[in-house]
Amino acid sequence: MEDSNSRTPILDLAPQKGFGRIRAALDDLKAGFRLLPLAVALGWLDIKLRYRGSVLGPFWLTLSTAIMTAAMGVVYGYLFHMDLPHYLPFLSLSIVLWGYVSGVINDAATAFTQSTSLFHARRIPATLPVIRLIVRNVLMLLHNVVVIAVVFGIYHIWPKQSWSLLLSVPLWLLDSFSIILLIGMLGARFRDIAPIMASLLQIFFFVTPVIWKPDLIYAGRQYLLLDPFYPIIEVMRGPLMGYEVRPVLWYAAIGQGILLWAAAAALFCRMRARIPYWI
Amino acid sequence: MPSIVVDQLRIDFPLYHGQSRSLKRHVGDRLSSLRPGSPAAHLVQDGRERTIVSVLQDISFSLAPGERLGLIGRNGAGKTTLLRSLAGIYEPVHGRVRLEGSIGTLLDSSLGMNVELTGRENIRLFALHGGLSKQQTAQLDQDVEAFADLGSYMDMPVKAYSSGMTVRLAFGLATAMTPQILLMDEWFLAGDGAFMNKARERLEAMVQHADILVISTHQPDIMRKWCTRVIWLENGKIRMDGPPDEVLEVYLTA
Repeated sequence: MEDSNSRTPILDLAPQKGFGRIRAALDDLKAGFRLLPLAVALGWLDIKLRYRGSVLGPFWLTLSTAIMTAAMGVVYGYLFHMDLPHYLPFLSLSIVLWGYVSGVINDAATAFTQSTSLFHARRIPATLPVIRLIVRNVLMLLHNVVVIAVVFGIYHIWPKQSWSLLLSVPLWLLDSFSIILLIGMLGARFRDIAPIMASLLQIFFFVTPVIWKPDLIYAGRQYLLLDPFYPIIEVMRGPLMGYEVRPVLWYAAIGQGILLWAAAAALFCRMRARIPYWI
Repeated sequence: MPSIVVDQLRIDFPLYHGQSRSLKRHVGDRLSSLRPGSPAAHLVQDGRERTIVSVLQDISFSLAPGERLGLIGRNGAGKTTLLRSLAGIYEPVHGRVRLEGSIGTLLDSSLGMNVELTGRENIRLFALHGGLSKQQTAQLDQDVEAFADLGSYMDMPVKAYSSGMTVRLAFGLATAMTPQILLMDEWFLAGDGAFMNKARERLEAMVQHADILVISTHQPDIMRKWCTRVIWLENGKIRMDGPPDEVLEVYLTA
């Protein structure tokens, strides 16, 4: 494959089998991370372009999240009989986290098809669009963190147990990578994946304890574990809000991550070279 | 030493019919193989209409430094696909492609540029792709600006460019880094006369550095001027391979 250590680069391509495929996939991964500055620039330009010419620029993201938090806070706070000082910090954190999750999954289905012109212009590592997408969504998340900071500031709340971020942030990033790779490949081959993902996310937004607190459910809360989004959201949100996260949720979240990586790695090793043929 | 070796290259393209590409078809095929006679069994017959187009078959050739190869052939003969597989975009379905040396590509007319971005921003992305340092990026920027001669258009979105301007920018970019191997599709001929002269100067300078050029074009005079060897592709196979005058004589009378 591409060997950049020697003085002249060598591109040697032939159909791969077995270990050759794994090596080719790892080479692709390495090449993708070597182009990290490009992925960062592309991800940032994606956001900048979307808001080029608008007055607020990317802070439209912040503003719309703020408005959504305020509106939902008032309505659902009333419906759930919750007082705002307790509910609003929870809600702002939840909405911002869910915004990242749904952003990643929605974009994932078009991760490769969106980069068609990049793929057709020259050889690029298939992991480059994946990293670009993570960068884009992380940057969007950072714009929204402002909303959390303001709400926490208003109610004089400080994030608890922030040490847990050392575990949950890497887990989120690793999961993002594998899920974008997985859904991206499926989405490049089957064009139905994008609408399927969009409607699933809509359902899970209400089914998952995003706008409602998980302790509102007493009977049958073990069924919540069947919700694929619940553990991953909870291990990030719970410690920050200062409530106890059951160990089973951590196991579930880590187990999910391992499964996602196994599936993504298997599919990527097998289908990596086919991606340009599909898009 | 830059070189290209292509050995028994085959490229097949799955042509998914509008519907067979959907998940419904795919699942239907799987289900019906389990339960023959079910309504889904009907889908199989349709599903099997999925044709695999064999774009390139049994292509073998090798190029040494200094060789300038022209690809000729009718539309759909596989010229662009061959260029893309040389660039490593389409990996071989069968056979082998081996390139030694840095590769420059002028394949996609937009060069993978984002038309919403300005010329300068696109140059920066291109530099990042090549892993250039800040200094090299600045040099690239100057070099391309001087060659493309876009003036104040450099800081305008590429979508505001005329097609000739886009070509000048793309050509300037792809040749600024002096790749050892240049792969070029025919679209670049969209430039005007003055540009063509400039492009030829730049290309000729490059080829003098014992580099390899592979170009696909419909224009015989370009081929006579620029190439030392011509491969005539027909239906994905090599019909003829030889010096330009020899091949073109047969090709033009065929």
